[in-house]
Amino acid sequence: MAEEMSPRPYVRPITSEWIFRHPRYVRYMVREFSCLFIGGYTLLLVAGLKSLSEGRAAYEAFLECLRSPASIAFHVLALAFATYHSITWFNLTPKALPLLLGEEFVPDVAISGAHFALWGVLSLALLYFAGAF
Amino acid sequence: MTRSNKPIVWGPFAAGGTLSAFVTPALIVLTLLAGLGYAPDLLGYDRLHAFMGHWLVKLVTVAVVFVSLWSAAHRLRITCYDLGLRADMLVATVVYAVALTGTLAAAVFLAGI
Repeated sequence: MAEEMSPRPYVRPITSEWIFRHPRYVRYMVREFSCLFIGGYTLLLVAGLKSLSEGRAAYEAFLECLRSPASIAFHVLALAFATYHSITWFNLTPKALPLLLGEEFVPDVAISGAHFALWGVLSLALLYFAGAF
Repeated sequence: MTRSNKPIVWGPFAAGGTLSAFVTPALIVLTLLAGLGYAPDLLGYDRLHAFMGHWLVKLVTVAVVFVSLWSAAHRLRITCYDLGLRADMLVATVVYAVALTGTLAAAVFLAGI
């Protein structure tokens, strides 16, 4: 074993400066940081459920919190990160779910495209159902 | 060969990532509209209380909260490792515990609606 032969084994330093070595790594980190916003937003929804279970006054207070500048700023950031997550996720779907049809693989763009189309339809349906327009 | 618990951890991550990709942006738009003073009808107390009172809606909501929180937790765990934090067991325990606590809280609140 190399470790037994060498009196001072090389210890690879653990750093995070690699992120800035290439724009691709920065984009990767931005994608990964979307989890903070999606997780944070889900916890916000759980807080909303709490207020809903406590009655009308508590729920109205929750809606009032949504109107604060901090909440608006968080929503705008969360929307940007969540959208970036969706785009990167659907672009990767053909890699995760390659689809063999007869002898040929379905082209990547068809698989991604179907997901993007479904995303659009579902989002509009959800907004319509909630009475947003 | 030792058995791996990776599929158990990774399954909800993939489900949550897919679900978040499909519905989270639209959900954020809904509460953003409410914050801007254009609250959609569904977010009114009476309608939302009645809607969330249905058992099927409750079940779906708990499932959505669970996979969303779990996939965010899993990604955060991997990101901590990428950023040089090598105490993976500790990080994993903390982030998955937060995800499970959030899910449990959602279930308790829903039971009270």
